[in-house]
Amino acid sequence: MSRSSKAYIAGIYEHPTRKALDKTIPQLHAEVALGALQDAGLTKDDVDGYFCDGDAPGLGGASMAEYMGLDLTYTDTTETGGSSYVLHVGHAMQAIAAGKCSVALVTLAGRPRAEGLATLGARNRGEVPELGFELPYGPVITNMYGMAAMRHMHEYGTTSEQLAWIKVAASHHAQHNEHAMLRDVVTVEDVVNSPMIADPLHRLDCCVISDGGGALVIVSPEVAKSIGDRCVKILGQGEAIKHLNAGKVDLTYTGAVKSGPIAFEEANLTPADMDYASIYDSFTITVLETIEDLGFCAKGEGGKFVSDGNLISGTGKLPFNTDGGGLCNNHPSNRGGMTKVIEAVRQLRGEAHPKVQVPDCTLALAHGTGGSIGTRMGSATVILGSNDA
Amino acid sequence: MSAQERTYPEPAISMETERYWEATKQGKLLLKKCNSCDGTYFYPRATCPHCLSGDTDWFEASGKGKIYTYSVMRRAQVPYAIAYVTLEEGVTMMTNIVECDLDGLAIDQEVEVTFRTTEGDQALPVFRPVS
Repeated sequence: MSRSSKAYIAGIYEHPTRKALDKTIPQLHAEVALGALQDAGLTKDDVDGYFCDGDAPGLGGASMAEYMGLDLTYTDTTETGGSSYVLHVGHAMQAIAAGKCSVALVTLAGRPRAEGLATLGARNRGEVPELGFELPYGPVITNMYGMAAMRHMHEYGTTSEQLAWIKVAASHHAQHNEHAMLRDVVTVEDVVNSPMIADPLHRLDCCVISDGGGALVIVSPEVAKSIGDRCVKILGQGEAIKHLNAGKVDLTYTGAVKSGPIAFEEANLTPADMDYASIYDSFTITVLETIEDLGFCAKGEGGKFVSDGNLISGTGKLPFNTDGGGLCNNHPSNRGGMTKVIEAVRQLRGEAHPKVQVPDCTLALAHGTGGSIGTRMGSATVILGSNDA
Repeated sequence: MSAQERTYPEPAISMETERYWEATKQGKLLLKKCNSCDGTYFYPRATCPHCLSGDTDWFEASGKGKIYTYSVMRRAQVPYAIAYVTLEEGVTMMTNIVECDLDGLAIDQEVEVTFRTTEGDQALPVFRPVS
C-alpha cells in the first residue's frame, strides 16, 4: 500500500440481462444494488450514501431509497447522461473524504429494448432552452456523432478504416464474454461494409442498445480495511461540462480535455502510467476523440493510434474495454459509464476474463461521456489503482 | 436533388424566442447581439452568454454561411442532411441542408438560408447550396 486513497471501490455488479421483458426498472436497480453489496460483503443496512441519476424513477434518489429500504444521510443525483456514474465515483469519494458517508451505493438500470425506446426517448422536454433550435432538424444520437466524425476526418484525415479498428478491438474482447450481445470477431472490412447509418458512421461503428444495469459500492478507507484486498483505490477524478459555447462550435474535441488532466493531476500520474483504460464507446468516434483528449496520443493522431490492434489486450499498447464495451457487450439504459468503471475494477482485481486480463494490472482509467459528443456533454474521468498500487 | 423532403416538427417557442419565429415567417433570419459586450451568439436568448447582460438586441443576419459539418441520415424514411452551418456573422447553428444532392455535400461548401413550413405552420430556417 504505497499510494494513499480517500475512498475505495469495494463492490461491483453488472446485471447479466440484456433484454428485461419481465422486470421493472426499480426492480433492476434493487437487483444490481444487492449484487454489488454482496460482492463487497456488505448489506443494505451498511449503506448511508446513495447515488443515482435520471434513469432512477421518482423524486431524485428518494423513491428508490424507499423502494430499497435505504437509511441515508447523503444523496447525490447529478445527471450527466452516460457519464453520470463515473462522476458519481468522484462525488462519492469527496463525500466520504468529508465524512458525510462511509458506504456509498451507486446504481444504474434501464430497459430501453424492452420498452422499444430509441436512444433519446427519455429526454426532458420541459422548457429546455435550446430545443426549438434543434429538434425540428432531426438530430438523433447517430447523426450528432456522425457530424463529429465528419469534422474530425476533415481536419485530421481520420479514415473510416481507422475508426473500424476500434470496433475490431472491442469484438476481439467480446468473444470471451458470455453475456456480450455481439460475440463474433469482426474485421475492418466488416465494419466499413456494414450499412451506412448516418454518414460517416456505419452500423458497426455504433454501440448496441441493451437493457440491464450495474452498481458500485464505494467505501471509506476504514471500511475498506475490514473488507480486504479486493478493494480498489480511487486515486484521482475529474469532470467537465462542454457545450456549444454561444455558437462557437468545435466538434473535434470533448470534455475529456478538462476532466482528464484534472484526474491525472490528482493521482499524480500520466496517461503513460495506465495499464488499462475503459473508454466510453457509444460510437467508434467517441473512443477516438477521447483517447486524444485524455493525452494517450497527440490531437489528430487518434486514427493512427487505434489502428493495427493497438487497443487489443495482449497485442496493443493500450488494452481497452476488455468486456467488449458498449460496441459489443452492452449499453444498459443507453448509459455506458457504469460498465466502464466495473470492467476497470475487474482488471485491477485480476478478475477479468483470463483471455483479456492485463498481466499485473496496477493502474487503470475509466472515462464516461454523456450527452452528445462535442456539443452538449458531460465528461468524467477516474484513475483507479489496485489495492497494492 | 431529393424530390421528397421530411416533415418538419413544430419548434418549441418561448417568450424569449417568439420574435425569432415571427421573423422567420417573413423570410428573415434574426440573431442576437449584446449591447454590453458586443458579442453575437446562438441560439438566441434574453441573456447574453458571454457576459450575462440582459441588454441584448435582435438583428437580421445575412443568411449566408458555410457548412461546418454535416451528416446524411440514411436510416430514415426520407433521408436528410443535418448540418452545422457557420454564418458570416461568426456563429454556428444547427440546420438542415435542402435542395441539394445528398451525396454531393462537402464541409466548407457555401450555403444560403431558405425556409420551410413546419407542422403547426411555423417557418423553419434551413440552408441550400449557393448555385
